[in-house]
This record gives sequence, structure tokens and C-alpha cells, in this order.
Amino acid sequence: MSAVLVLARRELSLAWGRGGGALLAVGFLVAASVMLPLSLGPAPAGLARVAGGVTWVVLALASLLSLERLFERDFEDGALDILALGPLPLEAVAAIKCAAHWAVVGAPLALAAPVAAIALGTPPAAGPMIAAAAALGGLAFAFLGGAGAALALASRRGGLLIAVIVLPLLTPPVIFGGAAIDDFQAHLPWATPMALLAAYALAAAALAPFAMAGACRNALG
Amino acid sequence: MLLRAFAARLEAGAAAALVGANGAGKTTLLRAVAGLIRPAAGVVAFAGAAGPIEPDEARRFGCHLMGHQDGLKSGRAAREELDFQVRWSGGTAAAGLAAAARLGLVRQLDLPVRALSAGQRRRLALARLLACPRSLWLLDEPLAPLDAASRALMGEVMAEHLAGGGLILAAVHDPLPIPARDIVIGTP
Repeated sequence: MSAVLVLARRELSLAWGRGGGALLAVGFLVAASVMLPLSLGPAPAGLARVAGGVTWVVLALASLLSLERLFERDFEDGALDILALGPLPLEAVAAIKCAAHWAVVGAPLALAAPVAAIALGTPPAAGPMIAAAAALGGLAFAFLGGAGAALALASRRGGLLIAVIVLPLLTPPVIFGGAAIDDFQAHLPWATPMALLAAYALAAAALAPFAMAGACRNALG
Repeated sequence: MLLRAFAARLEAGAAAALVGANGAGKTTLLRAVAGLIRPAAGVVAFAGAAGPIEPDEARRFGCHLMGHQDGLKSGRAAREELDFQVRWSGGTAAAGLAAAARLGLVRQLDLPVRALSAGQRRRLALARLLACPRSLWLLDEPLAPLDAASRALMGEVMAEHLAGGGLILAAVHDPLPIPARDIVIGTP
């Protein structure tokens, strides 16, 4: 148990500093949401119609920003050797790294997402639901993005590889999350897309650590 | 394939120096013993006083690998990195500080790792080995960045580890500061 806490503390502090951390991700979300009305035209009705979907696309891209380097630093400076020879299996190490990234980057994004969506014209009453959905979606983004980052280890064009591998995997949460907001706006029951989103996030959190550990072992050997 | 028809045995209380040209496979052998590389053929076996030990368990709890990369994050304080490495390997924070004191690093602990010299970084990485006792030390070029005084200190630390029944397997180009058997690899 203490090993989990020791690693979690380190990962939280590293996630805070990695590639600008939460500040960069939230800044990206805000900047993209501000630019959208400029390109789509400011008519509120049109903006409100796309607000949900657009928020989710921006959210997915913002979560990926700093994930690329989740394993790369540790791989380059030899820390991954130490992590691999520690008391926890690599699967647990990978899960803790992703969870820490989610806490540091995903949680602030989940708080910022409703603000962006409401600014684009979603009814304010949807705020709590959007935050909860964004938190669930962020969990999926963190674990799937981590799997992409691990697979891209030891390859030179890592960033490109991550985009190609990970973006298709991020489409289901974007679909479910956008659908939940649309259903809420149309006064339809939105529990179904939320349940699908939760199922997808939990499946990602359960399966991705095995992919990450395998990819790390492969890169080390 | 780097190593063929290779066999060696290391006893408790003994040190062995892996000698060979650059690229002969010294690091590869160390990483194979540590389990980070799976050999295409052959086995690495571990045994304690009570008989054979499961390799995974021996590696996780009985073996330290100090590679030529030290795993220290340059942006973090030396104290934070020491604390993490020691506690992750199962030692206590107090033991980590005692090891740092022994290795003459007390004044450097509040500096960021990037401000440390190569020799100081190497000693900081070594503190983990002192603070959490494990039998087998796998050392990759342990002496390379160290000055004369630090090499003497390293010899002292290694001799103590061996006296306590430990084992050392070190890839070196310069002779180790302790009596050690040479294992030459890479000769046809």
C-alpha cells in the first residue's frame, strides 16, 4: 500500500509539471472555445446546436496534449527501469500514472468543460451533468492516451503515432458525451449515453494498464 | 545475438567484474539478469540459503540495478528524488538521508537534480542501494563519473556490502576498487 502512495505522490507532482500540465490543457480548452464562435459565426441558435459536440472534441484534444510524454521521460532517463524493478507490477504502475494524470489534468478540464459549453449556449442547468460526463470521459482519455504513449515508446515519431492510434479510440466517449448533452438539451432521458460513457471509461481503465505494461516491457527489452 | 554459450556463477560475498569491449554485451547481460531483457535462450537462476528463489521475486525484492542512466528527474529536488527512489525500493526516508550523509550529499539535497554534477548524481543514485539492503547489486559502469575520493568511498561501500553476504556484478572498464573476479565477455 505504501508503495502505491509513494508512486502516486511522485506521479501527481510530475503530472503537474509535465508539458504545462493542467494550465496548458485548460488554456487550450478556453482558447478553442473562444475561437469557435469566431469561425462559425456568432448566431446563438447555431452555436447552441453544436455546443455539446464541439465541447467534447475540444475536451478530447486538450486531454491528449501532455499525455504524449507520460512514459517517455521515465524511459529516457532510466526511471522506468527502477519502476519495473519495484514492488508493484508494471500494470499497477501504469494505472497509477494514468490516474494521477487524470487527477491533475482531467479534473480541472472537467470543471472547465461546463463553462465552455455554457458559454457556447448550452443551458446552465446542464452544467453538473457536463462536469460529471467530462470527468468520466477524462478517465477514458487518460487511460487510452496512456496506452498510446506507451506504444509509441522507442519509436521516433511518437506524437504522430499517438494521434493515429489513440484518436479512433477516443471517438466513442466523444459520441456518448456529445449525445448526453444533446439529449439533455432536447429534454430526453440522458442516462443511456451516460451509462455507455461510464462503461467505456471503466473498460478503458481496466484493460489499458495491461497494454501499457506490455508495451513498456517491450520497449525496455 | 550478443552472448552465446555463456555461463557464470556468482557466490554470496563475492564480486565479479564484467569486462569486455564496448558493445560486447555487458549492459545487455546485466539487464537480462535484472529481468528487463528476456534471453532468447538460456536461464538466469537465483538461489538463497534455503534453496532456489522464484526469479521474479528475487528481482523485485533482492536485486538493485544501477544503470548508466540514473533515473533522476532533472527538474525535481534531489531530496524528493532520493526520497522517492528509496521508499519505492522499500527503504525508509530516514535511511535515505543517512545514506546521503554517508555519501557526502547533505548539502546538495535541496538543489534541483540538474544542478548536480555527474559524480554527485551517481552518488545520489547509489544512496538507494545503501538505504534499502538487497543482496544482488547489478552495477553498470559504477565508477565512470566518480573522482578519486568517491571511488575510494565506493570501494568501502562495496566491501561492506560483500562482507554482509551481498553479491556484486559490475560492468567496468577500470578495475573495481575491491578484489573481484573478472568475467570476460565478447571473446570468440
